[in-house]
Amino acid sequence: MKEHDLTLGEELRRQGISRRSFLKFCAGVASSMAIPAAMVPAMAESLAQARRQPAIMMAYQECTGCLESLTRSFAPTVENLIFNFISLDFQHALQAASGDQAVDAIKTSMKENWGKYLLLVDGSIPLNDDGIYSVSHGQSHLDSLRELAEGAAAIVSIGTCASYGGIGAASPNPTGAVGVDQIITDKPILNVPGCPPMPEVMTGVYTSFLAFGALPEVDSLKRPKAFFGDTIHDRCYRRTFYDQGKFADSFDDEGARNGWCLYKLGCKGPITHNACATLKFNEGVSWPIQSGHGCIGCSEPNFWDKEGFYKPLSAGQWGSAEGIAAAAAAGVALGAASAVMSRRNQNKISGGK
Amino acid sequence: MTLLDFARGPAMQIAIIIFVVGIVWRLVGVWALPKKKDLSEPRQKGAWVGGLKGLFVHAWPYKPFVPKVGAQYIIGYIIHLGLFIVLIFGTPHMLFFADIVGFTWWTLPGGVITAVAVVTTLALFVALIRRLVNPVHRLISNFDDYATWFVTTAPFVTGLMTTMNMWPDYETGLAIHLLSVWLLLIYFPFGKLMHSFWFVVSRYTTGSRFARRGGMA
Repeated sequence: MKEHDLTLGEELRRQGISRRSFLKFCAGVASSMAIPAAMVPAMAESLAQARRQPAIMMAYQECTGCLESLTRSFAPTVENLIFNFISLDFQHALQAASGDQAVDAIKTSMKENWGKYLLLVDGSIPLNDDGIYSVSHGQSHLDSLRELAEGAAAIVSIGTCASYGGIGAASPNPTGAVGVDQIITDKPILNVPGCPPMPEVMTGVYTSFLAFGALPEVDSLKRPKAFFGDTIHDRCYRRTFYDQGKFADSFDDEGARNGWCLYKLGCKGPITHNACATLKFNEGVSWPIQSGHGCIGCSEPNFWDKEGFYKPLSAGQWGSAEGIAAAAAAGVALGAASAVMSRRNQNKISGGK
Repeated sequence: MTLLDFARGPAMQIAIIIFVVGIVWRLVGVWALPKKKDLSEPRQKGAWVGGLKGLFVHAWPYKPFVPKVGAQYIIGYIIHLGLFIVLIFGTPHMLFFADIVGFTWWTLPGGVITAVAVVTTLALFVALIRRLVNPVHRLISNFDDYATWFVTTAPFVTGLMTTMNMWPDYETGLAIHLLSVWLLLIYFPFGKLMHSFWFVVSRYTTGSRFARRGGMA
């Protein structure tokens, strides 16, 4: 039997993965995605029967950080093997082919798997001037996305850029960059934001797609609820210090050394939905707040433009103080005018006495 | 733009501009009015001692009136002190002001602020019930009284709901809390909340006027 024809169960057995390890993996994914424990055997069964899933991963206006996060964070585990089980037919940074050969690989995969392939997108898509600011092989990424989306079973936007436009869309957004779901509206789309996104979220999403044939339940921003349901603040191990009123006032004071809450230093944890606080990065080694820096809210739309990473969340966005000075001047003018009118009225009533 | 971005940005800027215009307008408008003429020879020239005394004498009711209005004063003090503590010593609030004034100060633990806010909110509801139940209070209450109560109570209720995570999501709660505060700022100069500025002025003026007539000194 050809390697391509094997089911996932057969492939894992071929690679020496025991059923016990596979079930443990399924239980882990089910638990991270809040899938009931009773569903685990059915999920394992369905997953074992899954056939190789074709996927095309396109890199548009991006920095490759998302790909670094996804490919560098895994030890050789079941997750890794399942990722290997994707038939990744195109990813320009990972594949050996280039130029016409690479483009042919996309065309072939599209033709053979029309309506079945997963489209994974990394990076924002510029809209200004017909998308001319981001082009590969003579085709704008705007046209490329439209073409590829047509034959996709579902689209996964990997990272904040593909989800909401990210840094490409940050003010003044010279290229008119947007996320995938602002262009494609007739396909199931899942956003996995983060700068970079968490690899475990991709594992969960991919496993769920293989097992159930559909994308997981999402929130209003199309993010999988299982991973983006809570805020960083809700799950942060430093939350207790917030409640006690113990805060670090600078990055090298006693509070910082004691690991107190970073709210005063601009932590955006209370308004950021992500699973960093529970899953952490680098196989659970650490995450930004554990290493002493506040959350910058990288999985939220427009996080670059929220007036600085070090400004406390409760501080307003002032714009300019000139408006307030003008308001005070207007107040003085109105007050003086009111007083003149009142004096006139008083004089009229009292007859000037 | 999300609701929170709107609340933290344009809504805040508009509210503060209306607040500043309104406050300065009213202060200048009143202070530029002619002073009341003395109808008899003033007993004291400046009468500032009487003015200062007036500030404190009127901070508590005249003894014979205590049984009748003492509770009202106590409820008033709870509301005002609670408002002051929550506003100045709540960490997120302090950080809001610190962003304007450029320095920070000591704050109270979140639990204490929550407890103070709960007591203050209860006192605000007691004040409203007393106003509605007492026929005299009800008779002399107008729209301004109820609007003032509403815009003062709303930030407490929305703030507590945000702290206790009672909204479908935190950001919406925070945005609604901020918007409720901006509503208070917008209403502030044009209603009875202006007493925050006038109470010192009016008590001083009354005290000094009485002193010039021969009392209070």
